Amino acid sequence: MGASDFQAVIGLEVHGQLLTESKIFCGCSTRFGAAPNANTCPVCLGMPGSLPVLNAKVVEFAVRAGVALGCRINERSIWSRKNYFYPDLPKGYQISQYDLPLCEHGALVIDVDGVEKRIGIRRIHLEEDAGKNIHDAGGGESLVDLNRAGVPLTEIVSEPDLRSSEEAGEYLKALRDVLVYLGVNDGNLEEGSFRCDANVSVMRRGATEFGTRAELKNINSFRFVRQAIDYEIARQVALLESGGKVLQQTRLWDPSRGETRSMRSKEEAHDYRYFPEPDLPPLLVPEGMVERERTELPELPREKLQRFQADFSLSAYDARILVADRALADFFEAVWKHYGGSAKKLANWFTGELQRLLNEEGAGLGTLKFPPQHFAELLKLVDAAEVSANAAKDVFAEMFRTGQPPRSIVDARGLGLEKDTTAVEVVVDAVLAANPEEVAKYRAGKKQVLGFLVGQVLKGMKGKGNPAQVNALLKARLGE
Amino acid sequence: MKLTDLSLLELGRRLAAGEASSVEAVQACLERIRRLDGRVKAFLLVDEKGALAQAEAADARRRSGTPKGPLDGVPVALKDLFCTEGLATTAGSRILEGFVPPFDATVVQLLKAAGLPILGKLNMDEFAMGSSTENSAYFPSANPWDLTRSPGGSSGGSAAAVSARFAFGALGTDTGGSIRQPAALTGTVGLKPTYGRVSRYGVVAFASSLDQVGPLARTVGDAAALLQVLAVHDARDSTSSREVAPDYLRHLDAGVDGLRLGMPREYFEVEGLDPEVRSAVEAAAAAYQKLGATLVPISLPHTKYALATYYLVAPAEASSNLARYDGVRYGLRVAAPGLREMYAQTRGRGFGPEAKRRIMLGTYALSAGYYDAYYLKAQKVRTLIRQDFAQAWQKVDAILAPTAPTTAFKLGEKVGDPLAMYANDIFTLPCSLAGLPGMSLPCGFSRAGLPIGLQLLGKPFDEATVLRVGRAFEKAHDFVRVPPVGGA
Repeated sequence: MGASDFQAVIGLEVHGQLLTESKIFCGCSTRFGAAPNANTCPVCLGMPGSLPVLNAKVVEFAVRAGVALGCRINERSIWSRKNYFYPDLPKGYQISQYDLPLCEHGALVIDVDGVEKRIGIRRIHLEEDAGKNIHDAGGGESLVDLNRAGVPLTEIVSEPDLRSSEEAGEYLKALRDVLVYLGVNDGNLEEGSFRCDANVSVMRRGATEFGTRAELKNINSFRFVRQAIDYEIARQVALLESGGKVLQQTRLWDPSRGETRSMRSKEEAHDYRYFPEPDLPPLLVPEGMVERERTELPELPREKLQRFQADFSLSAYDARILVADRALADFFEAVWKHYGGSAKKLANWFTGELQRLLNEEGAGLGTLKFPPQHFAELLKLVDAAEVSANAAKDVFAEMFRTGQPPRSIVDARGLGLEKDTTAVEVVVDAVLAANPEEVAKYRAGKKQVLGFLVGQVLKGMKGKGNPAQVNALLKARLGE
Repeated sequence: MKLTDLSLLELGRRLAAGEASSVEAVQACLERIRRLDGRVKAFLLVDEKGALAQAEAADARRRSGTPKGPLDGVPVALKDLFCTEGLATTAGSRILEGFVPPFDATVVQLLKAAGLPILGKLNMDEFAMGSSTENSAYFPSANPWDLTRSPGGSSGGSAAAVSARFAFGALGTDTGGSIRQPAALTGTVGLKPTYGRVSRYGVVAFASSLDQVGPLARTVGDAAALLQVLAVHDARDSTSSREVAPDYLRHLDAGVDGLRLGMPREYFEVEGLDPEVRSAVEAAAAAYQKLGATLVPISLPHTKYALATYYLVAPAEASSNLARYDGVRYGLRVAAPGLREMYAQTRGRGFGPEAKRRIMLGTYALSAGYYDAYYLKAQKVRTLIRQDFAQAWQKVDAILAPTAPTTAFKLGEKVGDPLAMYANDIFTLPCSLAGLPGMSLPCGFSRAGLPIGLQLLGKPFDEATVLRVGRAFEKAHDFVRVPPVGGA
């Protein structure tokens, strides 16, 4: 038997930080990068007598995610306490949702090798984040930073519908894109605002019962998700093939060694002693919120991708680049509205010059100095043969730097194509006079010489020549 | 009459009339505390400077005609369960020794906003777990009526301080009877408001679904006046009610003519009910009849399950609420190699036996495999107990019962027998589980000269009727007395 005799079964639990200004149960800031413990108060420090008060914005964001992922939104859900001891957990319990979560029974459609696959979403619930322990502070002591304690999280639990690490990676990316599109999460795996645990098991092909699963933790990049799952599948298959048994375990992904290792067994698993949080009444979704979120739901990445391909006849590749960032896609459409020419040409500008300049400057779209109209205007100038394609790139770079309209840049720098035929003719005649051999070759039937002559003319015109015009004039003269 | 013997309302009137000053009142209390608290041991901390400074400010406001309210300048004291900014707060526990909160509990803010100087922090059973103050990590308090006896608990220091005339009133908390039982045992008035009536923000939590703040006072009127200060919606407590509090003093003297008072059969059939307590409560019932009330026999059939239910729900919540005392951020930390060992040493030394017992009970009740049989079952029974009362309110306006089955017991008498100690709360637990308002007021004395408490229970948020019924009895049969401690 080999690995192909086994089928992997994977489910993901994704923790996404909700992009609220303040924490879930107090007014402290959620901003990243503050001095340790600067964003704390008696509530998120777990001081005696402090009590949680729900941040309404958190509910709005979670409902938005639930609606976008096709979930049923429970009008009434329950807060529970998850009890365990750890220095980064100030109250000795995490306020979470257990029995009755805010959202249930949703799905996310992903593409696997060009085939659509529906991945069930079992539930989305709300909870508070813990703080951070810092162990390398020196002096043999550990320090605790509680700035993150109380930052709002959604936990999105998939059904065990994923069958390979590729599917898991696709699902994770698609999920991140949706949350980022909704403006409820920044999708940053490295900073921990989007985190993933994976439940992995294998079973013999054709089996109806899932195998014993391992829960993988500490997977903080898309690459690691695939690596960790592949490693774990291989480990479990090898174990079963050698007659061993997979144990129910929590395993830690170690990226430096590229392996998972046991953190705790089922017997050592925490008994979290969940019970309803008595300090908070049941969470009641405000009337009208679900409807409002449904109505105001933005176009999601998948639909936008399909539309961009269909409406603009863009390649999947171009469309994917544009749609990857909602702001970029919006900007594309805005420019398009003012332009109306070839979408492919516009897409090339986006994937080419625009991306290049943004990358060079390390800037985002939000810092652009010119409006979409100017972008469109530049393309129209090129289409109308008023500026050469090469000169247009210089114009664009200057628009990017200064925010000046393209027309003024063209005029100020004299980049407009020469329209005066007599002026062109002067150069054409000079080039013909200077290249009698080439002229003779052309006349003898070697038509490809024309390209060389066009180039000479354009060179002589220092970028102001219109290739089509030069072409026509040359042909006319040579045809004499 | 000595200044310290005045009621809180009467002192307020004299302060308003300029016949006394807040500084005089505070000094009189401090003098009495200095002289007698060595025997009563009601206080864990006396804040002389702070109280005097607040009194001076109150007097200045009175002089300039800008008092903060009718109680501006009336000194009170706090059970040591309320967080007080800059003032040590222990909850009666070693684990919070040296903890100085950076904020005031909402009720402390309310008292300060109303101008009441705070004399200090009062002794209590550790984390409000107990009925005698003997579970205090520091020392037991004594009952001013007999110093060899307990003042009850857990708000025993509050009851003793009010009874001994150390303070004109005090705040306590009541989770299963912790205001009413000590009030009964010390001849004072103790009111536990409806769950949600008074903010719990800044009150060190014992059992969150049961804890409620309330006043201990010398008279029913005083209790009403203090409740008026406290009964305010608090946005920082999600369980705080938005219902606007009525004027509790307005109909206080309206009498009981035409009111129906329920006599729950189950409360009078309890085996451990002291005959003297029983006859005093029955005499009070007869007095109400004379005052025009109708006595209605009622049944609260699930009463017998209240004790078991309470000792599952409350410890379960407590086991979670006490998890934060881990030595990491505040309070006691016993240094030890490794995290687990630090937890074990800190919590092992920081918590007393009763707190540990309840943490273990609660942890067990919430554990996987036991949750359904214990915690969940208890919640279901709690609903039945609540329904018992809901049915009773169809027939009666208030319920009349004993507060505690006995008068004050000897210090040391029950401390080795937790079940006997728990049984002292059988009459107060159902009201707590149902979240109802309940009040204890003096209704007589035993032959040994110990106070007996009468308990009145009301409909949710109907503290006004409870107070009115209590006041009617107090007016007809005044048992407000100064205890013999320290002589006249």
